[in-house]
Amino acid sequence: ADIVNADKMSGRSRKYKIIFSPQKVNVTCDEWSFYLLPLDEDIISMELPEFFRDYFLEGDHRWINSVARALQLLNSLYGPFGKAYGIGRCAKMSYELWRDLEEESEGDGQGRKPEIGNVFLMDRDTDYVTALCSQVVYEGLVDDTFRIKCGSVDFGPDVTSSDKGIKVLLNAQDKVFSQIRNEHFSSVFGFLSQKSRNLQAQYDRRRGMDIKQMKNFVSQELKGLKQEHRLLSLHIGACESIMKKKTKQDFQEMIKTEHALLEGFDIRESTSFIEEHIDRQVSPIESLRLMCLLSITENGLIPKDYRSLKTQYLQSYGPEHLLTFHNLKRIGLLTEQSAGETLTAVESKVSKLVTDRAAGKITDAFNSLARKSNFRAISKKLGLIPRVDGEYDLKMPRDMAYVFSGAYVPLSCKIIEQVLERRGWLGLEEVVRLLNGNEFSVSDSAVEDNPAWESQRVILAVFLGGCTFSEIAALRFLGKERG
Amino acid sequence: RADEEEYWHSSKFRAFTFDDEDDELSQLKESKRAVNSLRDIVDDDDDDDLERVSWSGEPVGSISWSIKETASSSTTSLEGRDSSLQKGSSSYAAFPKQASSYSLSSLFKGRSKLPSFQSLSDALSDIGVKNYAPELRRPKAEYKDYSSDWSPRDSVRRMQRGKVCSLERFRSLQDKLVLLDEAVAGHDGNVITAVLIFLKRTLRREILFRELEVRQVALCHLIHFLKETGEQKLLLDLLRFLDRTEEVALSQYREHLNIQDVEKRREFLKGCIGLPFSAEDTSHIQDHYTLLERQIIIEANDRHLETVGQSEIFRKYPRKASILNMPLVTTLFYSCFYHYTEAEGTFSSPTNLKKTFKIPDKQYVLTALAARAKLRAWDDVDALFTTKNWLGYTKKKAPIGFHRVVEILQRNNAPVQVLQEYVRLVEDVETRLNLATKYKCHDVVIETYRDLKDRIQLTAYKCKVERGSAEEEKINSILNN
Repeated sequence: ADIVNADKMSGRSRKYKIIFSPQKVNVTCDEWSFYLLPLDEDIISMELPEFFRDYFLEGDHRWINSVARALQLLNSLYGPFGKAYGIGRCAKMSYELWRDLEEESEGDGQGRKPEIGNVFLMDRDTDYVTALCSQVVYEGLVDDTFRIKCGSVDFGPDVTSSDKGIKVLLNAQDKVFSQIRNEHFSSVFGFLSQKSRNLQAQYDRRRGMDIKQMKNFVSQELKGLKQEHRLLSLHIGACESIMKKKTKQDFQEMIKTEHALLEGFDIRESTSFIEEHIDRQVSPIESLRLMCLLSITENGLIPKDYRSLKTQYLQSYGPEHLLTFHNLKRIGLLTEQSAGETLTAVESKVSKLVTDRAAGKITDAFNSLARKSNFRAISKKLGLIPRVDGEYDLKMPRDMAYVFSGAYVPLSCKIIEQVLERRGWLGLEEVVRLLNGNEFSVSDSAVEDNPAWESQRVILAVFLGGCTFSEIAALRFLGKERG
Repeated sequence: RADEEEYWHSSKFRAFTFDDEDDELSQLKESKRAVNSLRDIVDDDDDDDLERVSWSGEPVGSISWSIKETASSSTTSLEGRDSSLQKGSSSYAAFPKQASSYSLSSLFKGRSKLPSFQSLSDALSDIGVKNYAPELRRPKAEYKDYSSDWSPRDSVRRMQRGKVCSLERFRSLQDKLVLLDEAVAGHDGNVITAVLIFLKRTLRREILFRELEVRQVALCHLIHFLKETGEQKLLLDLLRFLDRTEEVALSQYREHLNIQDVEKRREFLKGCIGLPFSAEDTSHIQDHYTLLERQIIIEANDRHLETVGQSEIFRKYPRKASILNMPLVTTLFYSCFYHYTEAEGTFSSPTNLKKTFKIPDKQYVLTALAARAKLRAWDDVDALFTTKNWLGYTKKKAPIGFHRVVEILQRNNAPVQVLQEYVRLVEDVETRLNLATKYKCHDVVIETYRDLKDRIQLTAYKCKVERGSAEEEKINSILNN
């Protein structure tokens, strides 16, 4: 099955990722109704860089209409969706608005044979953790290192080994790229070296050729070989750049720290690592990213750490980041534990809130954007940290955790997997509660009655707020696995 | 900062894979060699293969190209835009913006928000949004079903569909509130904002504020809108009304980013100190002010020193950038680099900075080390880690791990004798061995194996040292005991 994702997000950390600007661009204007940009065989982007900040930080719903219209467009092009699932306030609102639009319109998608079986809408804040982790699949690393914009990337002279850079389109058309993009970085070298040896062998064949064979070779094969040669050398150059950058930044230790945070041990050590990272002024975005990861997995930093890390951050990267910290606090990415908020205390508080429906409604309205993260509990329930005996095979991975070297299955992808498998949220109630609710599952009875349709295999996954290449890789894996 | 960056960038190649390090890295190198050797064979002169940037023929491609053209040609019109709009966007938190500098939506922001109103109400005149595409005329069809009698709900729907709709008929407060609630229920942020603009114009401020206080979603929209359009005064009034004093403070503080002149900025920061921040933040703001104040003094002084040309350090290492507005740690590095030996009394001395800003030892040592190592002042480095205990004996210790020290020294190409000293001090044995082997600190390797009583490794290490060298002798004498 093909999985179509809308919205792309640049590495967090860059963000800042986060807020660190995702990338998207949208225009709602009469003549420019230009909502969807196909980036690849299985990716469509809405290109809305402001989406994340506008919705999650400022609480502005201005893009919801765009999302609804995009859904409407897809619906009219590809026929009615069989079933719609979703989780998150924005997902819910987008879905509702879309249904409204459908009702009003003349419904020119009626009677059309459906090509997309299911659609899944997910708010980015359902799973911040995945977006905060360092990427180790090739495409993710290329994005982290060079920035992939609208499906293309700028490779500088150091990559091209010539004196000028080049802008390259990265998609399934690039034969080399398409084979390594979803692979874990460690598998990439082997592949590239194999390819280069093959290429060399191909060229070597020239030696034994006569005129006729040579002519044939030149007219038929040479172009393809040259193409491959060019692509290979680009990607090898890219790999070198990536390696250079990562070794400079103590990548291995950072990954170790991230894994520790995901699994929930060695927290003090991880905090020290982060502190040192800040002291050494390694990178403002990376430092923030790590702090946010710590905060989310631990339900907030302990006040002492929060104060001290904040002070050190301001000292290392500039006092104006006082503002950054406030924004991050508002959005719930980097918070401080208030008194009596150890992990267990929060869990009991959350479950209490949810059983009291009335209270839930009020707090929902005034909750603005901050949410409690219950990552550890969710992780346990969904089994996000795989138990492995022996080495985790990255070349022939057995589950989606390979996108993070076997340490962690992306939460967002796991949710999608589970909901699709169960055809709904049955059995996932606990998880939904821990995710702060707002889930839905609606089916179009007309379509449901015809399960034989091929379309059932095609799923549209929409990430409201962006998604990472790691998630895309994981979903592709899921798609291959489940058909 | 340029010093800093230059400093922190090393050319160290350490394989980062999780498996067999050397194997994979050499695999990569081998592929590279293979590919490069083919270069001569491959004809490089048909560059037409290099043309890549089309969108594989899809119509979308032409749109994106024409958008690019529009973007570049509209720069001037963007500049000419109401300055308040520009100010609004630049007064956001100083987080480095990575998105391409032309976010299309900002290009179209002028018109995208309120497509239905431009030809109608004067609501827009207060924010000065101009219509940027006069050539795009609204199709006549949109006016066809225009009637003056839509209910709030229908009005909202029309607006959501991008159709023309006047809100003027909603005169009573009641009607206006119903309209607003309908807009919120409709989930379309642009519509919500549009209604708010109307309300802002037609309601008394106190009433509007009061009503918004109990309508969170609408409130968020208004605040965001005010931020974007730079209506600072109204924004602050609103925040004060809501008793969100901290946000008032932050919003005002944020303005400092718009002040380019250093003196003015300093003055402004001074004024910020009294704002209603939390206690902690107040001290951060205070530090910000003090830091800038210091930097101004140091900058003036050093610039003078540079021009006069008498100071050796400034001659040898001319400054690449000014220290103004740099973070504290960078300033400390600078100070350790150019003013290391100064007494605590001067504003530019490192110890003064340490004291004034209460810089923790760890940070201080790390930064001083970086600076002195860059200058290859190994004695200074030594002094940083040496403490005399009461008996007069010297001992080396560090608030940061010695492996870090080694790393920094190595990055600055410290000679092996110096490096060795510190490798020896690395506590963790495995790390010590790794580093020692990597940087060829033979003595340390030998000593460590000796302490571990590892004959096998020691013997094996013999092949790594030079024949007939002192190290070889050392190994032999140990093995023979």
